[in-house]
Amino acid sequence: MRVSRLWTDARARGLVFQVLLLLGLAFVIAVIVVNTTENLQRAGLASGYGFLFDTAAFDINQRLIEYDSTSSYGRAFVVGGLNTILVAVLGIIAATGIGFIAGVLRLSNNYLISRIVAVYVEFTRNVPLLLQIIFWWIIMLTLPRVRDSISIGETVFLNNRGIRIPSPVFENGSSIIFLAIAAGLIGTIIVARWARARQDATGQRFPVGWVGLTVVVGLPLAVYFLLGRPIGLEAPVRGTFNLKGGGNVTPELTALWLALSTYTGAFISEIVRAGILSVSKGQTEAAGALGFRPGLTMRLITLPQALRVIIPPLTSQYLNLTKNSSLAVAIGYQDLVSIGDTILNQSGQALEVISIYMIVYLSLSLITSAFMNWYNARIALVER
Amino acid sequence: MRLKILAHAAVVTGMLVMVGTAPSQSATLDDVRAAGELKCGINTGLAGFAHTDDQGNWTGFDVAYCRALAAAVLGDSSKIKFVHLTGKTRFPALQSGEIDVLSRNTTWTLSRDVDLGFTFIGVNYYDGQGFIGRKSLGVMSAKELSGASICIQTGTTTELNLADFARTNNIDYEPVPIETNAEARAAYEAERCDVYTTDASGLAATKATFEDADQHMVYPEIVSKEPLGPLVRQGDDQWADIARWVLNALIIAEELGVTQANVEEMAAGKTDNPEVNRMLGTEGSYGEMLGLDARWAVQAIAAEGNYAEIFDRYIGPDTKLGLGRGLNALYKDGGILYAPPFR
Repeated sequence: MRVSRLWTDARARGLVFQVLLLLGLAFVIAVIVVNTTENLQRAGLASGYGFLFDTAAFDINQRLIEYDSTSSYGRAFVVGGLNTILVAVLGIIAATGIGFIAGVLRLSNNYLISRIVAVYVEFTRNVPLLLQIIFWWIIMLTLPRVRDSISIGETVFLNNRGIRIPSPVFENGSSIIFLAIAAGLIGTIIVARWARARQDATGQRFPVGWVGLTVVVGLPLAVYFLLGRPIGLEAPVRGTFNLKGGGNVTPELTALWLALSTYTGAFISEIVRAGILSVSKGQTEAAGALGFRPGLTMRLITLPQALRVIIPPLTSQYLNLTKNSSLAVAIGYQDLVSIGDTILNQSGQALEVISIYMIVYLSLSLITSAFMNWYNARIALVER
Repeated sequence: MRLKILAHAAVVTGMLVMVGTAPSQSATLDDVRAAGELKCGINTGLAGFAHTDDQGNWTGFDVAYCRALAAAVLGDSSKIKFVHLTGKTRFPALQSGEIDVLSRNTTWTLSRDVDLGFTFIGVNYYDGQGFIGRKSLGVMSAKELSGASICIQTGTTTELNLADFARTNNIDYEPVPIETNAEARAAYEAERCDVYTTDASGLAATKATFEDADQHMVYPEIVSKEPLGPLVRQGDDQWADIARWVLNALIIAEELGVTQANVEEMAAGKTDNPEVNRMLGTEGSYGEMLGLDARWAVQAIAAEGNYAEIFDRYIGPDTKLGLGRGLNALYKDGGILYAPPFR
């Protein structure tokens, strides 16, 4: 092989340029990395993640895990991350529910219903989310003051400091109830399999949903009373300033959850509507010809086909919701960013804290995407 | 085509190498003189401390210090580039050299001084964290707050002081941390929380704006020390000295009765007071020691007046904030403001 082929032969020349370009790119990246690290060090900006082990020395009002002011910054971050995940999961569930219902109702033949939904969608979609969060929070603050709490039988209290509910007290034998719940779930799965096999074979349908519900709820309830009520409830009592005992759902969580789920729900409803409209009308007509009622047609014929169109943009909405939850900082819901900002301010480790935000949100988004892609692949049209 | 791409890559690489070069650690004083302006980091807006006047100029207690420093170094109190910083961006801005001095009600703490690589050059306002609550609670002291919900304005050391105070006094509370003063106040007024805590200077101002101000009381406990002051990057002692002595000059000017109105007159010739003469450059060579003009202190005082004048103009009793001198009075007036002598 002659060396001159490197620039006379088209393929070899192409290869040479590719390699050169790659080397050039690698060099550029290396220069950026080396320079940045060097400059950060020179400016005293990079001092690593050691601060995560230092004492946080501040309190957090909503803790899903054990935490107090003597815990470390790292643990505070975990508490914040869990709070973010909590509101994101609750928000995704509610937004999906709102979105699917609103999307279907928007296509309703009832003019009033479809118009009401249209107004909801257009309004929530077009008002900045931050304003909606503050709006819901102000609504929460106009609830009765703590002294004038609305109470339901002195067990559940509602005031502008949240909803206070009794907390369960587990006594001997309560584990059997959890076993009963598990047994109910397993039983339902078995029944569902059997019903499916029977329907495939004979065409006869079986009300799995109702039977399942009865088993999952009924069995634990029966065990509960048989064992002489081993799970007690500790009701909140009125204290000097606040109600004491029980669990509290803060108004910040409620406001954030409502705002995120109604806002994202509006977007999801449009996606659902588009998905349903993408299913050919012939499918509905064919189902009608076969004797399917409209509800069944929607559930068994239209939605499964619409889902293939719905899922990919739905994933983006889930990701948006998760990221939007960082607006919590405005109303004092202690999510990852709210707690992180406090840590940043105390420790001064700006770059490290921001990088943690990025890593956490990136991981949450990738996990959500991975799950939704898996689900999408599962429901994809199997062509035979 | 490909050659063109390569050429582009080479140019881009070259630029990045240049951009990547760090700001040199040369003397800040030379940089400021070369630039012809002082880059001063201030608040994004805080009544009394840094805010715009009706002509759109930035003024305030913290801003006045920047003006005095610019006047001392450059001879012109308007040669300033203000950089507005939040609680989050202030430290990186100073570390990276984006600003020459940070004058943004920042609490002097050990970790900021040592770990973050700053030099605090003094204290221009002694503050402390306090509590405000409704009289109807029937509580006379912050130590009786066990079980209460407490609204906190975040972004300073407030949360930590509260946690420390609660731990010391065995108080169990629900923290409600809110980022901005406006929303924290709204939450307090709606009785989302029983009490509201922030720096005492802020509490006085907040209470004054309540419609039913007489229904609220500020508890006697001040749970923290909040010495607020300007700071510079560590490692340039000359610049830190200049910044420190400009602040000291303003305080000593009050002590010696040198004001914005009479400073030029007093600097015109030797007065009977040798310390005034030393400060205003008519005796000794103190400006030269600092690397400044002999009239540096005259210019600094002429900018916005001495400490008392600045205090009264922006945050004093006759302003909306209506703050008394308290701890911030001179040592001879019962406060703790005490600047080392010009000697």
